[in-house]
Amino acid sequence: MCLGFLIRGRQHDCEKFWEFYNPLDREYNALARQPLAGICTNRRTYLLSRQLQKLLVIFFIVIIAVWIDLPNNPGIHLGSYNREIETRLGLDLRGGVQALLEADLPQGESVDAEKMGTARTIVENRVNGLGVTEAVVQIAGDRRIVVELPGIDDPEAAIRTIQQTGLLEFVDMGDTPLPEGTRVQTDFSAAGVASPLSSTPVSPTPQPTPTVQASPSPEAVLHTVMTGDVLDTVEVALDDLGNYVIQFTLTSEGADVFADYTTSHVNQILGIVLDKTVISAPRIDEPITEGEGIIRGSFTAESANALAIQLRYGSLPIPLKVVESRTIGPTLGQDSLNKSLVALAVGFVIVILFMALYYRLPGIVADIAIIIYALITFALFKYIPVTLTLPGIAGFMLSTGSALDANILIFERLKEELRAGRPLMQAVDLAWKRAWPSIRDSNIATLITCGILYWFGSSFGATIVKGFSVTLALGVSVSLFTALVVSRTFLALVLGFFQDKSQARWFGI
Amino acid sequence: MRGTQMINLLGRRYIFFAISLLIIVPGLVLAIVGGLRLSVDFTGGTLIEFDLNPAPLPQPAEVIAIYNRLGIEDVQVQTTGEDSLIARSSFLDDETRAALLADIEAEFNQSPNVLRFDSVGPTVGREVATRALFAVGVAAFIVVIYITFAFRGIPHALRYGICAIIAMIHDVALVISLGAIGGYLWGWQIDALFLTALLTVIGFSVQDKIVVFDRIRENSNIYKKLPFETLVNHSIIQTLQRSINTQLMTVEFMLLALALFGGVTLREFAVILLVGLFSGTYSSIFIAAPVLVVWENHEWKTWFRRGKSEEALA
Repeated sequence: MCLGFLIRGRQHDCEKFWEFYNPLDREYNALARQPLAGICTNRRTYLLSRQLQKLLVIFFIVIIAVWIDLPNNPGIHLGSYNREIETRLGLDLRGGVQALLEADLPQGESVDAEKMGTARTIVENRVNGLGVTEAVVQIAGDRRIVVELPGIDDPEAAIRTIQQTGLLEFVDMGDTPLPEGTRVQTDFSAAGVASPLSSTPVSPTPQPTPTVQASPSPEAVLHTVMTGDVLDTVEVALDDLGNYVIQFTLTSEGADVFADYTTSHVNQILGIVLDKTVISAPRIDEPITEGEGIIRGSFTAESANALAIQLRYGSLPIPLKVVESRTIGPTLGQDSLNKSLVALAVGFVIVILFMALYYRLPGIVADIAIIIYALITFALFKYIPVTLTLPGIAGFMLSTGSALDANILIFERLKEELRAGRPLMQAVDLAWKRAWPSIRDSNIATLITCGILYWFGSSFGATIVKGFSVTLALGVSVSLFTALVVSRTFLALVLGFFQDKSQARWFGI
Repeated sequence: MRGTQMINLLGRRYIFFAISLLIIVPGLVLAIVGGLRLSVDFTGGTLIEFDLNPAPLPQPAEVIAIYNRLGIEDVQVQTTGEDSLIARSSFLDDETRAALLADIEAEFNQSPNVLRFDSVGPTVGREVATRALFAVGVAAFIVVIYITFAFRGIPHALRYGICAIIAMIHDVALVISLGAIGGYLWGWQIDALFLTALLTVIGFSVQDKIVVFDRIRENSNIYKKLPFETLVNHSIIQTLQRSINTQLMTVEFMLLALALFGGVTLREFAVILLVGLFSGTYSSIFIAAPVLVVWENHEWKTWFRRGKSEEALA
């Protein structure tokens, strides 16, 4: 039935085609050159089957989008491909801590990218050691690291953990262990690690000196045997007596240094110092030549774990300082989320009603297209995943605006063509053709802006700008698809049901 | 031209320029003389928002006293509309902050519930602002190149890009002016959310200009004999309905909803967007397109010669 209507309606268009020929009009000249009139029916049938194909594709995409949008999506697990699909909310919507860390080096000095990468991994490990899920640790620019810790209860502890710049040293304490927490001076300077500019990189592991040192006091400068980066693995274990101990292995380079040192310093104290503060002062019971050893002490499970984490992630190749930190309480985040969702829903409903009332039939078609747009965009946000923040929602709203604008542009054009007396199908074709350059150029300009803002946002740790540009760019791309493919296909299919006489009522002229 | 009586919008172009200047200039003067009220996002510093639920909210003066006792003199405290206090001060380190919270707890017998804590080092804030400006500048430059390329089929393609950017700067100036006036009257702060609003306005503004310019591009190919001014006026009228409807959709409906339901934090954001996006549409019609005409006619040659300029305007 549908098919019959469509062909009849379009044939009718073909007959009228030449009456509205306007020699001034480039588009018409182009249309007129096509061998359209003669093979009208066949061509229309062909076009119709194209529309049905497109409809199938749209239907398929919508099904996938709806599936991804389902609140309890199980994720994708195909063989080795595993992907959880869930909505990711930014810190401003769920509460949490964001910190911006910067390499604590003189401003002009360039920072070694590889070392920054290592530092990032170490910070990430520390953060994961806290048990925070979905933490984000990213390098921003060449000397900064952004840390985002969503939904954590104790922001102070988290910031402390990140802030521990953690230069771990093994120092010669002679015969007297210093109590935990003592501040000490060592002969290893951070500047040694932090000068990537020098042509011959200073080894972060100073060679051990066999000279026997005087019994140290807190005022004395202690000799650093080696730093934490010779540690390979560190684990908490139970010894034969059921006490907690820390087992460690060393890198081959560290093993040699350690073997030499422990052989000549049996029964002395090898202090473990983090950021110039003593965290443990174990005695060397026997030479350690195999590159692995055990630290004993009166550990509880918790303190052993804490020490293991400090040992494992203690040494950063570059000192970092917190230059910015933001904490958003979970209640404020939840509040903002609820309010913006309500606002979005209300705005959306009004827009849908307005479109339907003002543009009638095309408006309803556009409404369907806009709903499909929202479904696809949200599915992309969930799948990629894009972290949703307030600026992100602003970007989404703006792109919804441009999705609507595309439809409005086309429909205003459609009205113009219909007012000029053109038959329905032809008016629809022309409306799309003429609205397209403006939709294309305006959206490409927006995409260009998005690209530059995204680059800016990721280079300087400006997550606001980044979130905004990502959602806007995705939204604009999807809106191009829905305006050009979805609205058009639906309208072409629906038009088959209408005679030209009913135009005025259905097209809101 | 279907013989309908065209409203001559372009003829009144200097009136529209004057209206824009009338709104923008006072705000900018205020911004320059009084200074924009920049938030800790840009100046560096510490912001703490907290409440004492279930205990009642203390007076700002009491909180300022606690800060002062810790030796922090430059603190400003204000109540939000949602039963919490916002205290802004210079950059506080973790220890000072912990001491502060402990003192607040001791003073009011209730541990403060920290809703928001922003701490920004002074250099970072400045950097974000200058780099954002730089990014917008680069974006504007590339957009000009793109528009020149997209409009290469018609004469003076470069003008369209430059006029779009002039109108965009108009919108940015208007938003900044609004920020300055809002800061003066209602204590608004130029913060990260304000920057987001500004970016949104910039994105929308350029998009909207291109839509109007596209009609001029199309008409220049169809009506080659028509005077440029009539052509532009005609193009504006043709796109007017679309401009109004898009403006209604994106701005009035969506943002009014945000302003009414979005809570206090979002309200300021929504109001700035409302005005900024309205300006985005306004400036396409009343700034970008008229400036094209001014450029086409080289009207600046007659600006300072009274008699002739009257003639040119008539």
